[in-house]
Amino acid sequence: MLKTFPKGGIHPPENKITSSKGIKRMTVPKVVNVPIAQHIGIPAEIVVDKKDKVEIGQVIAKSGGFVSSNIHAPVAGVVTKLDMIIDTSGYKKQCIVIRTDAKDEANFEEKEYPLKKNIELEPKEILKRISEYGIVGLGGATFPSHVKLNVREDKKIDCLIINGVECEPYLTADHRLMLEKAEEIVVGIKILMFALKIDKAVIGIENNKKDAINLFKNSVKNEVGIEVAALKVKYPQGGEKQLVRSILKREVPKNGLPLDVGVIVHNVGTIFAIYEAIQHNKPLIERVVTVTGKNLENPSNFWVKIGTPIKDLIAEVGGLPEGTRKLVNGGPMMGKAIKNTDVPVTKGTSGILVISEDEASRGEAKNCIRCGECVFVCPMGLEPHLLMNLSEKGLYEKASNEDIMTCIECGSCSYVCPSHRPLLDYIRFGKSIVKKLETSKN
Amino acid sequence: MSQPIIISASPHVHSDRTSKKLMYDVVIALIPAFLVSLYVFGIGAFIVTAVAVISCLLFEYLIQKFLLKTEVTIGDGSALITGILLAFNLPSGLPIWMIIVGSLVAIGIAKLSFGGLGFNIFNPALVGRVFLLVSFPVQMTMWPTAVVNNTSIADAVTGATPLGLIKEGLMFGDTMTNISADLPSNIDLFIGLTGGSIGEISALALLLGGIYLIVRKVITWHIPVTMLVTMAVMTGIFWLINPEQYASPLIHILSGGALLGAFFMATDLVTSPMTKKGMLIFAIGIAVITVVIRLFGAYPEGVSFAILIMNAFVPLINTYFKPRRFGSKIKSKIV
Repeated sequence: MLKTFPKGGIHPPENKITSSKGIKRMTVPKVVNVPIAQHIGIPAEIVVDKKDKVEIGQVIAKSGGFVSSNIHAPVAGVVTKLDMIIDTSGYKKQCIVIRTDAKDEANFEEKEYPLKKNIELEPKEILKRISEYGIVGLGGATFPSHVKLNVREDKKIDCLIINGVECEPYLTADHRLMLEKAEEIVVGIKILMFALKIDKAVIGIENNKKDAINLFKNSVKNEVGIEVAALKVKYPQGGEKQLVRSILKREVPKNGLPLDVGVIVHNVGTIFAIYEAIQHNKPLIERVVTVTGKNLENPSNFWVKIGTPIKDLIAEVGGLPEGTRKLVNGGPMMGKAIKNTDVPVTKGTSGILVISEDEASRGEAKNCIRCGECVFVCPMGLEPHLLMNLSEKGLYEKASNEDIMTCIECGSCSYVCPSHRPLLDYIRFGKSIVKKLETSKN
Repeated sequence: MSQPIIISASPHVHSDRTSKKLMYDVVIALIPAFLVSLYVFGIGAFIVTAVAVISCLLFEYLIQKFLLKTEVTIGDGSALITGILLAFNLPSGLPIWMIIVGSLVAIGIAKLSFGGLGFNIFNPALVGRVFLLVSFPVQMTMWPTAVVNNTSIADAVTGATPLGLIKEGLMFGDTMTNISADLPSNIDLFIGLTGGSIGEISALALLLGGIYLIVRKVITWHIPVTMLVTMAVMTGIFWLINPEQYASPLIHILSGGALLGAFFMATDLVTSPMTKKGMLIFAIGIAVITVVIRLFGAYPEGVSFAILIMNAFVPLINTYFKPRRFGSKIKSKIV
């Protein structure tokens, strides 16, 4: 029996067209635009100046607080300007622009390190380095990893869950990483188990990636306490709360964190970044990005330097096809539509999805026919039609009582609505107001 | 890029289900029952259905266009379904003007005066039917008898429905054994060789349509199965106590509007609850009221009343039977 979460969920077409495409190393871009707010929390503070020369991996912006993260130079070169550039949020954000030094050999070295299994650092040093090396959650939420790992004394953690679900349609970055770096990921898991003194870890993988499941089952054969869980293909299986429920049958309490049920969840990409940071002294300056779309000439997976403009990636897969109407940073269910191809790749960019006319346009919103489909598919047990109604009418207190804040914004409701109602749009809007009201109360 | 780029919030993909497709699936599911009624009641069934459909569409068009001055939505399939379902709940010999009045009540009062598709509390077709039933009780209970391969155009012979026969017989102190001699066999009831409303006679055709709706995921099993099982259990208990005073559960399920109601009327998306728990309560309520009316009420049949009564409870059911919120009660223990 495959493990899964009991309530809700949908089955959008998977469209994993790049799952057999190995991860290619992107040509080093001529210019990178590195935003200083690539993570959830306080933006980093710039510590370089115009015309400064920077080395690969040098800190160029320092963590601005506890929930923040350092940012490192992805390339060696010269800081040409500190500029405001539109990022994935759609707003202009502070960026450090670095012109790559074409003569600096470090830029063009093939950085493939040999597997290193021995863990030499002490737990404290490991946690410190994760914090210093700019590691954030690479599944898309970009929550600074050291915050997650900084467990309070009174909380007992007994299980580490590694999220290799990749339930978003189209995306294959995690899948490819698991296939190509399985041994390294296992070492990364052991590093975290050692640092947190946990003796159990479970790797959760959706059953549409049987090759990765088998590979990991094989690589953890001789490891103590590491298991692989094959999960039913159902969106949003990779949602943190759903994943904990699927694997351990533990339900994260309302408004709580996995920590409250003794679990820490990390994405496979994050685990690999931790491995590289600890074993090879490498800060987070690149990541795997799936560049995909039905009409692309040659969609594939790439190792991409943080700050690479998306147009470089598009050029690498054969350019934008005729009739492109939408560009998405991330997957089709939770990704953000982006304004133009100058937007840089950030730590949270798991994919770039190119959508054509026929898929891009939304159907005209019609009357709610009260079919209840949104209620059936909501994995959080909410009533999206009701939340939309309350948000639309400005009844925020009621919306709050109906648990609007527990919505994980997976988009299942909007996906299934036969009347094409913008359910999640209104719920997001309602959430933002409720949040404001709650903070002003306190 | 040749065209301006679209910026919108996620999700960026949508399933291919649309309200219109759901509506037309319901229409497809009603075809078997319609064919049986043509076979059994002949041209009369066609005329009633055609009049009901055309007048429902026409009234929706006229009211939206000239009275409400809103967007005309006759293409969405909902008025079409109301028309078919109204006709399916009428006897095949009903005067045409009555059908038109029924359509006006269904579309004008039950649907559009509440705000149109999605806002009506009561099933429009049933409101139309019940309005006609209480206004024209004589005409509404003149049931043409079933004739195999009916091709006659002239007025058919009329007779009572099986449930009518039972009610009348029991009221005059007859026993079920005697009444049964006049009833169609269970096989005839199953196939549809019996008197009754146009769309309710053939259990087989209705089951086919119902299964189609469940397979196509237009409806779920919750309402029809719960309603029919509850009806069978309740009538079964009475039948076991005194089989001479009460008809068997099989007769109750196969005759009258039980199957049409269970699969097509009670499951109306707009007027049924939106949670699985709520659907169970709703279906049990319909079954109980139906059985009480059939066994102890003045009318031989009670499905229409039962559904309308439970329709009124739907907002309450939606409020009190909510889905369980994720993480609201922690059952799992920490190992």
